[in-house]
Amino acid sequence: MPDKIYVVLDHNQGRIRNASLEALAMGQQMAAQTGKEPHAVVLGGNTSALAQQVAEFQMSSVIAVQHEMLAEYDPDYATAALMAVLKSGQPQIVLFAHTYQNIDLLPKLSAALRKALVTECVGFREDDAGRLVFIRPMFRNKLNADVTVQSDFPWLISVQAGAFSADSLIKGTAPVINESVDLTSVQSKRKTVETVQAAKGKVDLTRADVIVGVGRGIRKPENLQILRELADALRGEIGASRPVVDNEWLERERQIGSSGQTVNPKLYIACGISGAIQHLVGMKNSGCIVAINTDANAPIFNVATYGIVGDLTEIVPALTKKIREANG
Amino acid sequence: MRIIVCMKEVPGRDTRYEVSDDGRWIKDNDLSFEISECDEYALEEALKLQEKHGGEVVLLTLGTERAEKLMRKGLAMGAGKGILIQDPGQQVSSPLAVASALAEVLKKESFDLVLAGTQSDDFGYAQTGVMLAELLNLPHATIVMEIKADPAGRKLQALREMESGWFQRVEMSLPAVLTIQAGISQIRFTPLKGILMAKKKEIRRVELSSLGLSLDQIPRVEVQRVYFPEATRKAEILQGDAETVAASLVDKLRKEARIL
Repeated sequence: MPDKIYVVLDHNQGRIRNASLEALAMGQQMAAQTGKEPHAVVLGGNTSALAQQVAEFQMSSVIAVQHEMLAEYDPDYATAALMAVLKSGQPQIVLFAHTYQNIDLLPKLSAALRKALVTECVGFREDDAGRLVFIRPMFRNKLNADVTVQSDFPWLISVQAGAFSADSLIKGTAPVINESVDLTSVQSKRKTVETVQAAKGKVDLTRADVIVGVGRGIRKPENLQILRELADALRGEIGASRPVVDNEWLERERQIGSSGQTVNPKLYIACGISGAIQHLVGMKNSGCIVAINTDANAPIFNVATYGIVGDLTEIVPALTKKIREANG
Repeated sequence: MRIIVCMKEVPGRDTRYEVSDDGRWIKDNDLSFEISECDEYALEEALKLQEKHGGEVVLLTLGTERAEKLMRKGLAMGAGKGILIQDPGQQVSSPLAVASALAEVLKKESFDLVLAGTQSDDFGYAQTGVMLAELLNLPHATIVMEIKADPAGRKLQALREMESGWFQRVEMSLPAVLTIQAGISQIRFTPLKGILMAKKKEIRRVELSSLGLSLDQIPRVEVQRVYFPEATRKAEILQGDAETVAASLVDKLRKEARIL
């Protein structure tokens, strides 16, 4: 049997998640580099339309696993189904998107299989010995690490959003293969009571051309005023990183990041934001990013167009003044 | 309720990292350490549950003797006792190995709930808590932002966070394992009285070797080297005082970025 890479795809409301398409792109690249065969895997209650969404990409097959108990995510059912699929296909590498669902699922699968899991992979390469090396962030996104897996196959890998691009997927035609799984002996340990979305407010940051992002670095809510003045001068909106919202200094609807909104304004000014991954995934595709932070090593500077190392309580009022002068 | 809180120590938030000469790790001989942020929120949540339902909060840590200091802080906040799995050689860092050690200890303890952090501030694997649930064959939920416990009814409801502002309320029986997200509540102030009482509370040491684990048999992830990442955009750092950088930036936004 040739060596295989499986890419397990997540979906939401009938669409394959973009983060999963990015994992698929990594799978295609890994296949090209290592000579292993790439296969996509889709689990769900009704998989035919989902499988068709990815059958247009170059892959050895799309494995569609349909079962009524897979219609909604449940860790016990998903683990059992994946264990069966991995047992029958025997892939060496299994890629997943690093979604909140997979934070809930993959370590359980890893422990059940007794195999290793590399989370938040942002890249890979082969070393001189031909060993696969995975790259992942550490220490609050300040450093990267090269890691290797000491384990029999399969190796489980989750791929950080934004590390690969769905645009780089190579088109083709992949045969769809239906695989059935027997889940009759599965006992779920938890039940879903309700699924709710936080109340949608009036603020739609996805439409803003300019956003001033507020982070923990403002230190106290009284400093919000200078940031509001900057946003006003730019005719922009205020956005927030998670800690500011958790402190209730700004409304949750202004949160930007994996738990909140994803934005791509023409201009994003990140004030006192360190650059944790969960925030970056929500704004790093902005046209122009300005970072203001007292810490020259803050990861935000890795995605910024312009950077200012300094105290925002001094920089921001000076900036507001200059903008107002420039506008006349 | 008897609640176990898994906590670990990590380099402080403001650490200026330096890579060691061989490139394999960071220079960690002169760092100040903190409780990993999500773990501290897990402890706060445990203390709130204790206030509401009575019972005891027990800290569980795997680390060197240096971890004792932060465990005392947890005891000062209100935990009743601690268990320190001693790993002086820092042999155990891969999630399945850590979870296996924690599981061996907890198999001998009675408890209603285990709270762990969703993700740590050093390795950041976000795996250990969930693996622990699987090894103990217990229900779990992750990225939890709210807990409603019903100890008499032997169940709880947890609100788990999903992408883009969605949340899901799930129900499970006790005992259970939950991984807690930072920001679930506000961390309490540690009272001076607490610090004094903490000195008298018990921290039981457990030797890693007594747990019967064959560490080299456990599948693991190994860090080969660490380094500062290359910037995806090469930020132009503007120099000067506030007035100068402000003028500089406005100029660049007009002429280069063509935004203003």
